[in-house]
Amino acid sequence: MKLSGWGRFPQQETVVLTPRDEDGLRAILSDAGGAVIARGNGRSYGDSAVGPKATVHMRHFNHMLSFDDEKGQLVAEAGVLLGDVIAAFLPRGWFPMVTPGTKLVTLGGAIAADVHGKNHHIDGSFATCVDWIDVMGPEGHVQRCSREENADLFRWTVGGMGLTGFILRAAIRLRPVESAWIRQTIHAASNLEAAMELFDQNQQATYSVAWIDCLGRGKHLGRSLIMLGEHATLSDLERPRAAKPLDAGHKGKMSVPLDFPGFALNHWTVRAFNTAYYWAGARKSGTQLVDWDTYFYPLDAILRWNRIYGRKGFVQFQCVLPLAQSSAGLTALLQAISDAGAGSFLAVLKRFGAQDSAFSFPMEGYTLALDFPMKSTTLPLMEMLDLITVEHGGRFYLAKDSRMSAHTFRAADDRVPAFAAMRQASGLADHFASAQSERLSL
Amino acid sequence: MTGSPVLILGAGSDMGQAIAHAFAAAGHPIQLAARKAARLGSVRSDMALRHGVEVTLHDFDALDLDSHAEFVDGLPALPEVAVCAVGLMGQQEDNQSDLAQAARVMRSNFEGPASILALLANRFEARGSGALVGISSVAGERGRATNYVYGAAKAGFTAFLSGLRNRLAKTGVHVVTVLPGFVNTAMTEGLDLPAKLTAEPEEVGTAVLRAVQKKKDVIYVRRIWWLIMAIIRNIPEAIFKKLKL
Repeated sequence: MKLSGWGRFPQQETVVLTPRDEDGLRAILSDAGGAVIARGNGRSYGDSAVGPKATVHMRHFNHMLSFDDEKGQLVAEAGVLLGDVIAAFLPRGWFPMVTPGTKLVTLGGAIAADVHGKNHHIDGSFATCVDWIDVMGPEGHVQRCSREENADLFRWTVGGMGLTGFILRAAIRLRPVESAWIRQTIHAASNLEAAMELFDQNQQATYSVAWIDCLGRGKHLGRSLIMLGEHATLSDLERPRAAKPLDAGHKGKMSVPLDFPGFALNHWTVRAFNTAYYWAGARKSGTQLVDWDTYFYPLDAILRWNRIYGRKGFVQFQCVLPLAQSSAGLTALLQAISDAGAGSFLAVLKRFGAQDSAFSFPMEGYTLALDFPMKSTTLPLMEMLDLITVEHGGRFYLAKDSRMSAHTFRAADDRVPAFAAMRQASGLADHFASAQSERLSL
Repeated sequence: MTGSPVLILGAGSDMGQAIAHAFAAAGHPIQLAARKAARLGSVRSDMALRHGVEVTLHDFDALDLDSHAEFVDGLPALPEVAVCAVGLMGQQEDNQSDLAQAARVMRSNFEGPASILALLANRFEARGSGALVGISSVAGERGRATNYVYGAAKAGFTAFLSGLRNRLAKTGVHVVTVLPGFVNTAMTEGLDLPAKLTAEPEEVGTAVLRAVQKKKDVIYVRRIWWLIMAIIRNIPEAIFKKLKL
């Protein structure tokens, strides 16, 4: 069948297998006659979780196995969703230590992409909360790896995009929280310099992220809303919320019922949305209480939101630039986007903290995430953004990528040869590959 | 009713587990019964962690009729709700050519489920309360060339449930017949089923919970199946016998 990531581009022919147990996975390794890749809930945007010939859907590996409420440590199978973890444990006062912008990711996917959240500058990436991982290797043998045990396998698996074996289960630590609410503070920044200054001044904030209007020009280039957040404590809550601090109620869900026509998101509608959003946000400047779902996962409330980009899908771009070159690099990137008139509907800027990892995406500096509807002009613009990123010493997030060249990826990241060599040496390359890893020659 | 135990017979199946989750989420302790129940350890821990209820495992073989009374006595408590999701479809070609296999299909879908529900019905009747849920099938509404062995067994089970309901109507014991239609489970894996007619196991779980709470008698999971079966039942036999369905 045709399969794609959340961006719905590219769509590729692959056979989807849904094994029910470890023996089923072993049978695939011995019988598939080619490399396969595990797929969780399909929320990586490009072709990371699409197998060149066959894709292994992990939905049957979705059991929570144990919880230690002294340590806040949950042991669960790889197909468990972060949203399931929240549903089960927030009522008991626990929340994921690190979460991306959707709760509809599996634990296996979160580990494979080593996802980050709005607290990266303080808590690091998802790896921080992972105590150990069970990985099935090419021979069907299961190894437990951690920082102490099989440490190399652990280092390569976190951020290894599923290319080091099947991630079966993991132990992750949760964070104790007093409430289901976030104390959010919004600051308006009239341009990029002001936005970066706000990130600098607010490094102590647990969560920080900026929505950025990438159609802003001239003195408005980089116009943003910086959103800071803290887990609200009991003393922050008033009645009636204080009576049920861990229950923020259930929100309704909307769904995008059909593909929007290609013209629905154009230069003008995006500009109008961005301008309206900026001024609405700027008016709301100040502090307010927001429920966890709205704060962390605004898009999850709109099921199948990827359809607003129409049938051709969309492309995500996310890079990180080292701190010293962030200002120049971001200016050049925003200028290029603004010149192309290709406004991104959802553009996010965030300052990362330092991170030392074998193959994960984050490093200290600024990350910019953008999405563009798939049009004839989109891919050339992406290549221009690639060039600017590489020129400024930046690198790319594989969970978002759907079209980068192997050459660009290697130019951006000097860890690639070691990763590819490790895969060859340990026999992984013959058994585990995605459409993305083949495109990028990993 | 919240807090009263729910027994799931055939807990190794996707549908049985989905129904168990629905009741566990509503606060019921769960008794999972299946062959080699120990293999369901991760299902048990998952259910207990997600819903914060007690979940126990019990060995149960629907085909071993002599063991049924002992099985019921061995439960930690007589359940308030018992759901029978035991079933075996097999391949129609095998069911046609291999009579032992056909007997296995008939026994798994009718004899075994009827035996255990009969036993539970008597205990429930003596107590004066409870709900019995039988997962039957739309295949039992009319025999078709493509799966009449399975369909015949389900037809028997449907009639059994209907009679049981009639018998127990004034005793405080309620009987629910569930006709799920196509469901995306291990049983149908690999079959090419139309998406609009195919329910996820979770939908079955929600539907069964609601049927028990609202004391429904016979339910389809997706409503469209009521219409489809009304048409299929009413096609004259002279025409029906020539159709490929």
